[in-house]
Amino acid sequence: MEHDEISDGAPRRGVATNLVEAVVALVLVVIGLVVIYESQRLGSGWTSDGPGAGYFPFYIGVIITISGAGILYQALLGKDKKTEVFVDSVQLKRVLSVLLPASVYVLAISLLGLYVASAIYIALFMVFLGKYSWVKSVIAALAVNTVFFFMFEVWFKVPLFKGALDPLRFLGY
Amino acid sequence: MEEISALMQGFSVILTPMNIGLMFVGIILGVLIGVLPGLGGANGVAILLPLTFTMSPTSAIIMLSCIYWGALFGGAITSILFNIPGEPWSVATTFDGYPMAQQGNAGAALTTAFTSSFVGALLAVIMITFLAPLVAKFALKFGSPEFFAVYLLTFCSFVGMGKGSPFKILASMALGFALASVGMDTVTGQLRLTFGQSELMRGFDFLIAVIGLFGIGEILLSMEEGLKFSGKTAKIDPKVVLQTWKQLPQYWVTSLRSSLIGIWMGITPGGATPASFMAYGLAKKMSKRGSKFGTGQMEGVVAPETAAHAAGTSALLPMLALGIPGSPTAAVLLGGLLIWGLQPGPLLFVEQKDFVWGLIASMYLGNIVGLIVVLSTVPLFASILRIPFSIIAPVIIVICAIGAYTVHNAMLDIWFMLGFGVVGYLFKKLDFPLAPLVLALVLGDKAEDSFRQAMLVSQGDVMIMFSNPLVGGITTLALVLLFWPLISKALALVKPKKHDEFAVERPVD
Repeated sequence: MEHDEISDGAPRRGVATNLVEAVVALVLVVIGLVVIYESQRLGSGWTSDGPGAGYFPFYIGVIITISGAGILYQALLGKDKKTEVFVDSVQLKRVLSVLLPASVYVLAISLLGLYVASAIYIALFMVFLGKYSWVKSVIAALAVNTVFFFMFEVWFKVPLFKGALDPLRFLGY
Repeated sequence: MEEISALMQGFSVILTPMNIGLMFVGIILGVLIGVLPGLGGANGVAILLPLTFTMSPTSAIIMLSCIYWGALFGGAITSILFNIPGEPWSVATTFDGYPMAQQGNAGAALTTAFTSSFVGALLAVIMITFLAPLVAKFALKFGSPEFFAVYLLTFCSFVGMGKGSPFKILASMALGFALASVGMDTVTGQLRLTFGQSELMRGFDFLIAVIGLFGIGEILLSMEEGLKFSGKTAKIDPKVVLQTWKQLPQYWVTSLRSSLIGIWMGITPGGATPASFMAYGLAKKMSKRGSKFGTGQMEGVVAPETAAHAAGTSALLPMLALGIPGSPTAAVLLGGLLIWGLQPGPLLFVEQKDFVWGLIASMYLGNIVGLIVVLSTVPLFASILRIPFSIIAPVIIVICAIGAYTVHNAMLDIWFMLGFGVVGYLFKKLDFPLAPLVLALVLGDKAEDSFRQAMLVSQGDVMIMFSNPLVGGITTLALVLLFWPLISKALALVKPKKHDEFAVERPVD
């Protein structure tokens, strides 16, 4: 189901927007059905002490399922479905170049804590994506984290996550 | 006239160098809190509450309420510059504020937001000064059906006023409700939709969703175009401020309408968030430029900001007069009052005259000080726009992670934030509106509680929503707004078509 389109002189290749929309709609229908099932399990009717725990979510589930089905219909059979490319390979690569490192960063937080992981993340982002020199990147990363440290720990007394290794323990925070 | 002499007495209490100094400190701290996602007004006031224990109650409440004003002002800054609402009530400000900033009008957008905030707050304070006793009596009549009717009105206005596929609006809103119902059921104590995960017990906080959907989602979307920063450099000088001020009076109708919505929602207490959404929705429907909303219209910034500030300010009225806080931050302030041995309620106006009128006087002064502080620091905030995107992007992601973590001190929330980021990216690209999702997530619990209480009272009879003129009126208005697209089509069929100049200016959406 590829679709070609000329933009900036080069053909754009990728999945059509309405197909992505259909997949999202399907996910919505599944979520709606799960909510309905779970609400019925909890008691979606009238119990001895009033409306049950699933009373409200049940109708929410019904609305999600119906609107999901509506979007699915519009995406696949609707009159003005969008068939242009959802995202081309260049764009996808750029998006993933932020999303994947961000996931690694979140994983690193649980090990190294917010400060150390953030410093490394900012420095590496600047070096590899921003093409800055190592010195500039490290200075910027340290400066940003120092500001955060003073703002959260010292000023607002909000302790941030130090991680399993807690490399900042010597500061007494 | 009695109020005016009491107010003058109040001014004489607060006009000391120490109190004025505290105002400046409070506003600056508040703006900082408002700018940082995850550190909301309520959190900020709670964290800084111990600082004020050594002060007199009047000085303490002046500083705390100034933190509150500052947070209200600060929420607009990140909304406009980065499309990240620092507070839930500034979500609606992003709709037009961010496009304005992208078009190079960041300074005008910020000036508009701050000035509108000031106007909204000022009108609310005037209302508090003169109408306090009357309004307090009215609020006493509110029961659970009335509360639900107010929530219904907010949601219906969104479905009825929205453009695009109604299925998408409904799906987005219902998804928000579903997310809001995850966790412990407040009425029965049962665990809902947690699928055996103890981490899901506390549910999804709207801040996590907002940070992910707007913050991370926007970064991913901007990355598609590479590392060019989407915001244009903004020229900020007194000229921009004066030029914006010259333009603002033409939106006086929007300002007044939004203030009234805000004041009403603040007292009832619907709160600043639904007020800002409702004001935006109505402005979009009623404005001549309504069809252009979302593309960077000044009026689209005026409406939500005026309403949010009017609501935030008037939320203090039921807290003082009845001891019922109209917003989470007002609830924290109420806690402060109790700590200082002051019992909020009607007697407070009799027994602690100095304190009450001192606070009301500080609302006038605090907002003037606030406007001066934020306007004079606009160049500082706008200079953030000139920092290259490859530095700003990772810093924003780090701020988002910190914000998500501080809400509940939970690691899992950072993962949720990332997940919401992907959802935000997909939804934005597929034209799913994000605002209804956030609104439902914020108000879902409260709306459900009042709905279930109303159903309990009536033993399941939905007609309780029409049981008296007040609740019946609000419910009818909600239904009219919900079916407005159909009603306006029906009206157009009944009326003969006229080709006048308005037909071109006011397209029916």
